[in-house]
Amino acid sequence: MSRNLPATPALEWSYAPSREASEIVELERRYGLFINGKFRAPASKKYFPTINPANEDLLAEVAEANATDVGRAVKAARDAFEDGWGEMPGKERAKYLFRIARMVQERSRELAVLETLDGGKPIKESRDVDLPLVAAHFFYYAGWADKLEYAFPGLDPEPLGVAGQVIPWNFPLMMLAWKIAPALAAGNTVVLKPAETTPLSALTFAGLASEAGLPPGVINIVTGAGATGAALVEHNDVDKIAFTGSTSVGKQIATALAGSKKRLTLELGGKAAHVIFDDAPMDQAIEGVINGIFFNQGHVCCAGSRLFVQESIHDRFVEKLKRRLSTLRVGDPLDKNTDVGAINSAEQLARISELVEAGQQEGAEMYQPDCVLPRNGFWFRPTLFTGVSQSHRIAQEEIFGPVLSILSFRTPEEAVEKANNTPYGLSAGVWTSKGSRILWMADRLKAGVVWANTYNKFDPASPFGGYKESGFGREGGRHGLLPYLKGVG
Amino acid sequence: MVNQSRAGRLDVRKTYKLYINGEFPRSESGRSYVARDSEGEVLARVARASRKDLREAVRAARTAEEKWAAKSGYNRGQILYRIAEMMEDRGAVFAEQLGDGGLTPARARAEVSAAVDRMVWYAGWADKFSQIYGNLNPVAGPFFNISAPEPTGVVGIIAPETPALLGLVSRLAPVIVTGNTAVVVSSESQPLPAITFSEVLESSDVPPGVINILTGFPAELAPWLADHMDVNAVDLAGAVPEVGLRVRQGAVHNVKRLVGTDGYTDLQSPYLIAAFTETKTVWHPKGL
Amino acid sequence: MALAVAPDRAALLPERITNASLAGFLRSVPSTDEVGVEERVASLSTRSIKKDSKSEALRLAVRMMDLTTLEGKDTPGKVAQMSAKAVRPDPTDPSVPSVAAVCVYPAMVPYALEAVAGSSVKVASVATYFPSGQLDTKLKVTETSRVVEMGAHEIDMVIDRGAFLSGEYFRVFDEIRRVREVCGDQAHLKVILETGELGSYDQVRRASMLAMAAGADFIKTSTGKVQPAATLPVTLVMLEAIRDFYLATGVQVGMKPAGGIRTSKDAIRYLVVLNETLGSAWMTPDWFRFGASTLLNDVLMQIRWLKTGRYQSADYFTKD
Repeated sequence: MSRNLPATPALEWSYAPSREASEIVELERRYGLFINGKFRAPASKKYFPTINPANEDLLAEVAEANATDVGRAVKAARDAFEDGWGEMPGKERAKYLFRIARMVQERSRELAVLETLDGGKPIKESRDVDLPLVAAHFFYYAGWADKLEYAFPGLDPEPLGVAGQVIPWNFPLMMLAWKIAPALAAGNTVVLKPAETTPLSALTFAGLASEAGLPPGVINIVTGAGATGAALVEHNDVDKIAFTGSTSVGKQIATALAGSKKRLTLELGGKAAHVIFDDAPMDQAIEGVINGIFFNQGHVCCAGSRLFVQESIHDRFVEKLKRRLSTLRVGDPLDKNTDVGAINSAEQLARISELVEAGQQEGAEMYQPDCVLPRNGFWFRPTLFTGVSQSHRIAQEEIFGPVLSILSFRTPEEAVEKANNTPYGLSAGVWTSKGSRILWMADRLKAGVVWANTYNKFDPASPFGGYKESGFGREGGRHGLLPYLKGVG
Repeated sequence: MVNQSRAGRLDVRKTYKLYINGEFPRSESGRSYVARDSEGEVLARVARASRKDLREAVRAARTAEEKWAAKSGYNRGQILYRIAEMMEDRGAVFAEQLGDGGLTPARARAEVSAAVDRMVWYAGWADKFSQIYGNLNPVAGPFFNISAPEPTGVVGIIAPETPALLGLVSRLAPVIVTGNTAVVVSSESQPLPAITFSEVLESSDVPPGVINILTGFPAELAPWLADHMDVNAVDLAGAVPEVGLRVRQGAVHNVKRLVGTDGYTDLQSPYLIAAFTETKTVWHPKGL
Repeated sequence: MALAVAPDRAALLPERITNASLAGFLRSVPSTDEVGVEERVASLSTRSIKKDSKSEALRLAVRMMDLTTLEGKDTPGKVAQMSAKAVRPDPTDPSVPSVAAVCVYPAMVPYALEAVAGSSVKVASVATYFPSGQLDTKLKVTETSRVVEMGAHEIDMVIDRGAFLSGEYFRVFDEIRRVREVCGDQAHLKVILETGELGSYDQVRRASMLAMAAGADFIKTSTGKVQPAATLPVTLVMLEAIRDFYLATGVQVGMKPAGGIRTSKDAIRYLVVLNETLGSAWMTPDWFRFGASTLLNDVLMQIRWLKTGRYQSADYFTKD
């Protein structure tokens, strides 16, 4: 059983490097805050650097918004809301969003390269996954803007006002689209804070929105770190907060909002169970597991980070998985053939390294393929742990990196029990050829999204969001409009 | 007839033809008729479709149906939106033609705007309609049970005489948005906007055969449409009472769905989309 | 008649080979999810290859080609011309290698042999009542042995798809085994599954395992007479079966997609899928072939474009 495929060492067959040209992106040296339709210097007078995590080169300096800046942005959003956006006929709002969707499509390669430069994700993903989904999201919600009365019969659909939105660094532009598109479709105006390590695509998007003729103040972008986010969350004139990020920050936000009437939705962490039954379509399941944990370097809240394999196929499956791991190409994110890019920041790399060390200390067995990592930048090898127990930290805590913990189970009941044995509940995966078993599992898994015989699928028409400590509220689909309408809170 | 304009240059006139399977043929019958403006002046000669043209149009619509219905809602939505983009681009031509039909310039422009916006409105439904009109049914038993709308198939449309453009768009968009294909008999008195519309379609990524537009006489064509065994539904919104009665009689042979019998010519409603769909319910056990 | 299966191939097979036991064996073959296979292929198709490797890849594609003519109107003259092209694909560029083989109908074998004599090009003949396979086993075996006697180096046989689809696995297995027997040491056996008629990837994977267990040296997608012929997803499924078969038995089996591969871009995509699934040991004409009639000139045009930096015209490449 431990036979390996033969290899011919003499054969030179190389893909790399096939680098996507980065000249398509024109970066400013320094970016201001986007408030009321214009870029302006921050009241804070402070700027912070944003770097390329694949080589640590400085990309640009970005304004750090303080409470005064956030106040200006909120005021601009409030004025825009009251000056007409809130009352504009839905069909006119729709046409703005359709326009934005088309312009994103027109500039998709530039935005994809920018996303890869600033965030470290492989160009293959920013080009083929992120950007198409961004355009699709605007297109989808554009169509709802003039149909709200059909989406929610019996509800007189009215916007809330100003939405404060805080998004993470793993899918910068896609998270922006998930936040802005439904908010605008429902008639709100927004102040959005991108993550401090990945602000550039949001700032470029702001320029695109201006080009689309969007009225000033409808979208405002404030950049900065945690303090900027806190200022936005705590601002009195914000009607709603939408946050995507870690569970711990989500809890802080919920605490800050405890005494206010602001509406809140949270999309937080996850520790998804990925369950493989012995009758699964085996080679596709391998691909699903690989995609589930190594997509975007595992910087995915719904990553399939806990793999449960039925005992009868456990060893065979793990061997196949290891073999497949060795064909992953880790390296320059701008190379079109790269499968796994750079870790987003030094801080995140430290967090991954700490948990992986804990995994080894707790007695799980680690496997990493041989691959040469670039000298500069932040990198982590694709990693598997076998012999993991439920009690290990690597089976409990969200690692948010390319690290898979493998456990086993014997019966479907046991798989469900173990899968649900976590404070999280964002997503889950099931692989089996038996349809009724898929539906039986889906009924019992406590997760907001259940993927069967596939993984990490996203579509603007399909709601996304978690159970339990993975947050509340849904983004995407008809359901994604509800958090931005009055009368449903 | 004046052969030379004042500038001394001879105009190149357009030939107004049918639109079948993505092409612009003349009628196989070799016939045409005169389209006049509201004052009775001759505007152009347009093709007068025959029963054989209608047969070809239905054949094209049937062939195109499977692929059109199989496209994602998102994809169909983008194509409808592209139609709207191209309509806006041809807005001046539409407005002029509607003006010839008797509208003031302001009302003509308003109709064009309404027609473009209506196309955009339906474009948005392409990936949403089944979210409103489909549902999970809470049956009493360990079953997954879901109902979802599917397109009916090939739909014949007798387009309203007026409004010549808004009526056409209002009856056509809800038919194609879910994946049906259409054979349209255009306004007899004002066929030019429909012909311009077919030129818009030609530049809008609409696959050949999805929409076929016949100019001619509804009273002549409708009975053939009604009797055709490979047409699944007919929209009667533009049919005069005698034609409507004839279509209802013919429709019986293969139990065609009949829509538009209440005479609305420019209704905008998701229920109109529903009228051209079939609901399919799927049962599946949940168990080990 | 006792069934002689090469002992190394028997590792996967039941001890007593009957229709029922073969059915059980095929049930143990893992299922395949169509959507997943197609996604994987789409993802591999975005791999891009740098210029120097591309030139190497195209030359490899030429060396892997089975230049094919399988038409009712084939004549000795046509076969001779095609064979000349096979030996020397680009008369203006001697650095372009010969193709692997020419593939013809049985009646054309002598002419092909004569035309390629003295070169490295092999002669492959279709057999077993190609393309339908609708004839009794005995006559198919007779036909094959006659073609082997004529001197063909390679036999491209078809399986009886009707028998396979109606569950007569023993018949299919036995026929391949008998044909293999008459091929002996002289001829290499490629087994055509005609995947376009099998209906699902699950069936393709089972047919692949059955053919390999029965003795196929190569498994091949299609006759070229049925649509769809070779596709990337079906090739991936067969390559995965080859990999599983190797890991279980240690026996290496070759792969030949045939029909519908017309452009250099297509050919390179197949090589990417091959390389990522089976690795470098299969990246040779000994273990991978393209069955094609029009692919060669497109590859030649690409080779010259890489060499000269000018896009090419078909007028400058011979049509034989």
